[in-house]
Amino acid sequence: MGHCGFFLFRMLAGIRPGPALLMSVLQQTYLVGARSLVIIMICGFFVGMVLALQAINALQQFGASEQVSLLVGKSLFRELGPVLTALLFAGRAGTSVAAEIGLMKATSQIDAMQLMAIDPVQRIALPRFLAGFLSLPLLTAMFNAFAILGAVVFAIGVWGMDAGIFWSKLQTGILFGKDFMGGFWKSVVFGGLVSLIAVYFGYYAKPTGEGVGTATTRTVVLSSVMVLIFDFFMTSFLV
Amino acid sequence: MKREYGDSVSWQRENSLHDPIICINNLVFHRDGNVVLDDVSMEIRRGSIVAIMGPSGVGKTTILRLITGQLQPADGSIEVNGELVSAMSHRDLYKFRKGVGVLLQNGALFTDLTVFENVATPLREHTKLSEQDITDRVMEKLDSVGLSGTQELMPHSLSGGMARRVALARAVIMNPEIVLFDEPMTGLDPIAMSTIGRLIRETNDQLGLTSVIVTHNVAQMKKLVDHCYILASAKLIAEGSPQLLTKSSDPSVDQFMNGRVEGPISFKYQQNQGGGAAQSS
Ligand SMILES: Nc1ncnc2c1ncn2[C@@H]1O[C@H](COP(=O)(O)OP(=O)(O)O)[C@@H](O)[C@H]1O
Ligand SMILES: [Mg+2]
Repeated sequence: MGHCGFFLFRMLAGIRPGPALLMSVLQQTYLVGARSLVIIMICGFFVGMVLALQAINALQQFGASEQVSLLVGKSLFRELGPVLTALLFAGRAGTSVAAEIGLMKATSQIDAMQLMAIDPVQRIALPRFLAGFLSLPLLTAMFNAFAILGAVVFAIGVWGMDAGIFWSKLQTGILFGKDFMGGFWKSVVFGGLVSLIAVYFGYYAKPTGEGVGTATTRTVVLSSVMVLIFDFFMTSFLV
Repeated sequence: MKREYGDSVSWQRENSLHDPIICINNLVFHRDGNVVLDDVSMEIRRGSIVAIMGPSGVGKTTILRLITGQLQPADGSIEVNGELVSAMSHRDLYKFRKGVGVLLQNGALFTDLTVFENVATPLREHTKLSEQDITDRVMEKLDSVGLSGTQELMPHSLSGGMARRVALARAVIMNPEIVLFDEPMTGLDPIAMSTIGRLIRETNDQLGLTSVIVTHNVAQMKKLVDHCYILASAKLIAEGSPQLLTKSSDPSVDQFMNGRVEGPISFKYQQNQGGGAAQSS
C-alpha cells in the first residue's frame, strides 16, 4: 500500500509536461478506449433494459410506473454507471495494461529502457495511468448513454410507455450537481484507482510468464474490491 | 591497422599502447547469501573487443549489470574512464549510460514500436535533432547492419538474427564509447552468428568502440575477440588471448574451451558457493 503510494509519487514527481507526454497519453487513451468501448456499450444497453424492467415491476405495485425513468436515471448516474464501468474497465483494460507492462519486463524491455537512460516509470507507466483518468469518465458517459437507450427501448418500445413522460421525468428529476457530478467524480477516482493498480502490478511483476499471470489476476481482484470500497465512502461523503 | 573478422592478431601487441577504459578491481557480489562473484579483476583496454566467458549461471550477466550500475558490488570497485560507477548519483548514472550501448540477451526490442522507432528512441529521448537528421542517422545505422528496407517492420516479424542486428544498431545509435553485448549469438544459426560477429568487429573498429561480449560460444569467440576472461565457480580462472587459452594446460580452462563433461567445473548446483547452477550449454 505504502509502496504503491510511493510509486504514484514517483510517477507524478518526475512528470515532464510536453507534447511527447500528451501524445502518448492520447494514444493510450485511444487504445484503452477502443479496447473497452464495445463491451461497455453492450453491457450498458442490457443494464438499462433490466433496470427498466425491474423498475416497472416494482413501481407498478404503487401505480407509479411513470417514474421509471427517474429511478433508472438516479441509480445509473449515481451508482451503477461509474461502478459497473469501473469493474468492466478493470477486467478489460486494467488486465491488458498489467499484462503489457509485465511482458515488457519479462522480455527485458524495461531493462533496455533503463540502460538507455530512459525512465520507464515516466515513459511506460505514467501515460497509461493518466489515460485511465481520462478514459473512465468518458467510458462511464458512454455506458450511461447506452443504458438510457436500453431503458428507452424497453420502457417505451416494449412496454409502451409514453415517450414524453419518460423524458420529462428524466430531465426534471436528475439533479446536475448531486446525481450527475457525483457520478462523474466517482468515475474520475475509479479511473485513477484502477489504472494505478494495473500499472503498479505490471511494473512490479516477476519477469516470468507466471509473474505476468499473477499480476493480471491481482489487478482485477484488487481493483474490483477497491472500487466497491471507495464507492461506499464516496457515496457517504457525496450524499 | 585494419583487422578482419577471423584474423588472429595478438591482443597484447596491438593494444599495448591503449589505456584501460574499464577497470574492475577485486569485485565481490552476493545474491541471497550466495557468492556470485568472488574477487574478480579485469582491465579492459580502449578499442579492444573482450569476451567474458563461462558456463551459464556463473555470473556473466551480473558483471554487465555491475558495469552499468544496475547492481552494486558488495566489495571491490568498477571504474569506467576513471570514474567509480558505484559512487555515481542517479543523475550521473543516467548521463553515464548515454555513453554505453547495451545489447541485451535476445535484443529486447520494444515490441510496440517499428524497427525505425526502436533505433530512433535514444535519439528522440536525448537529442534535439530534427526529424530529417534522425531519419538520416537511423537509416545509416540500419544500412550498416544490412537492414535498410526493414524500417517499417514490427519486431515480431523479424528473424532472430535480424532482431539482434536491429538491437545492435540501436545500441550504437548514440555513438557510445563502450558497447556491452549479452550473449549476442545465442540461439542464432551459424550464418547469422558469423554475421553478427563480423558486424561487431566492424562497428568496433569503425566507431572506435570498446566492446565487451558475454558469450559461451567458444568457436565464435576465437574468431572475434582480442582478449578473453573465463569465469568458473564465481572466480576468474583464466585470461589471455584466445590462442593462448586454447593451448592452456589448466584443466578447468581446457574443460570449458573443449566442452568436456568431466573436469573440475561441476554442473551440479552448489549451495552457498559461487556459480551455483553451472550447466553445460
Ligand atoms: N534476479 C535474480 N534473482 C536471484 N538470483 C539471480 C537473479 N539473476 C541471477 N541470479 C543468480 O545469479 C547467478 C548468476 O546469474 P547470471 O549473471 O545471470 O549468469 P550468466 O549470465 O552467467 O548465465 C545465478 O546463479 C543466478 O541463479
Ligand atoms: Mg546471462
